[in-house]
Amino acid sequence: MTARVFNADSIPVLALGYRFQWEPAQNCNVLLYPEGMVKLNGAAGEILKRISEKKQTVAELIAELTVAFEGADLGDDVYQFLEEAFNNDWIRPE
Amino acid sequence: MTGSDQNKAPGSIGGSIGSVRDQVRQPLWLLAELTYACPLQCPYCSNPMDFANVKKELTTEEWLDVFRQARAMGATQLGLSGGEPLTRPDLVELVREARKMGFYTNLITSGVGMDASKVAELKEAGLDHIQVSFQASSEDLNNLIAGTDAFKHKIEMAKAVKANGYPMVLCFVTHRQNIGQMDEILDLAINLEADYVELATTQYYGWAMHNRDQLLPLKEQLEEAEAVAHRYQEEQKGKMKIYYVVPDYYEDRPKACMNGWGNVFLTVTPDGTALPCHAARELPGMTLPNVKDMSVEEIWHGSDDFNKFRGFEWMSEPCRSCDEKEKDFGGCRCQAYMLTGDATNTDPVCSKSPNRHLVDEAIAKGRLESEKPVDEAKPLVFRNPKNSKLISGL
Ligand code: SF4
Ligand code: SF4
Repeated sequence: MTARVFNADSIPVLALGYRFQWEPAQNCNVLLYPEGMVKLNGAAGEILKRISEKKQTVAELIAELTVAFEGADLGDDVYQFLEEAFNNDWIRPE
Repeated sequence: MTGSDQNKAPGSIGGSIGSVRDQVRQPLWLLAELTYACPLQCPYCSNPMDFANVKKELTTEEWLDVFRQARAMGATQLGLSGGEPLTRPDLVELVREARKMGFYTNLITSGVGMDASKVAELKEAGLDHIQVSFQASSEDLNNLIAGTDAFKHKIEMAKAVKANGYPMVLCFVTHRQNIGQMDEILDLAINLEADYVELATTQYYGWAMHNRDQLLPLKEQLEEAEAVAHRYQEEQKGKMKIYYVVPDYYEDRPKACMNGWGNVFLTVTPDGTALPCHAARELPGMTLPNVKDMSVEEIWHGSDDFNKFRGFEWMSEPCRSCDEKEKDFGGCRCQAYMLTGDATNTDPVCSKSPNRHLVDEAIAKGRLESEKPVDEAKPLVFRNPKNSKLISGL
């Protein structure tokens, strides 16, 4: 296993040139980047939306999501997603 | 027009999704060729030979209307190209409005006419991405590397691009005359602190097709260039990403051209002609619908041009019964037409095509030309209005 990139104190930000937005014609959240677009599923959209809107630590992000999803235990999923998103070049730690 | 969409509000989202029956086809990519004006004269330009014929470009308002319609149909990527888009005085305004509509805006420029203040202005207007294409001939390259004013200008521009928070994305169009200088090209990229470098190969349309015998690289050149590119890829790991594309003439499968005809890609030319790909104007029997005469929605869903090669019905053998057709859509229609005379044929690049020999012959012809002494070889024809008029008999 490679080492984790994100810990509770890291601040994830969108990678250079990436933009998050809601796409009415696709009826989903998307990530736009030079000459491309990824459609995001619900969970990925919720996480990236928050990352794009304000700078906060992973711990704060998880806390916010936990409230939004009524106390669900999301920590592991969020970390896993962040690592995947990093490997896809979508985000980086600030 | 055979379109059934006329009664829907042009560009309304509901209209667009509701009117697609079997498959959702959206023009996700809008390429706006804003102008044919260009300070350069690249002999490998893919603009049509008769570009000098186009006198009236769409106005600012007409372009914005096209943007609005395409955006409502689901377009997210907007490419601003040309010609040289920087020659349009309204470029900043177009960017600003497009960005407001929610487009991801890509500027595709030669960098000629770009300076620090222009980059800052574009940034402020919300431009998302700049791709600088270096149309460097070997001579230019040598000058550049020798440290001329032009080189200083390029460095300054590259710095401005980075200072404004853009990644430096460079694209070099390679061909027989410059591919032997892969080292120099990549050193130049390193000097410019590029983040991404695309080593694109010339696509043989328009002027490039006319000059093909002089531009097609030789096999041994490619092998060497590839080795150099790979060496730099290793050395630059983590600093600069290098993409190297093999020219399709040297592949045995065609490219999945435009990701399928009329599938995700919409080009609008300077005069408002809508095309499924930027080379499609040269195909026979095109109706060449214009955005000034009908809505983008009608053109996309209803025009003969956009429906011509959708799906698989139009295919000839061997594509028709080939199990790879969903992967490459039978290749490029324009290439099939230019080389075989029939746009429904298999792209002759494919080794399954009975016409593959045409590609091999073109390669052999290129080699023959390359062996001639300079004064006997066919001269390169440069893309400029004079040659355009001459060749197209305007
Ligand atoms: S390829 Fe060269 S001549 Fe053609 S539009 Fe681009 S910069 Fe101008
Ligand atoms: S025969 Fe046609 S579909 Fe099959 S691989 Fe060749 S080009 Fe593609």
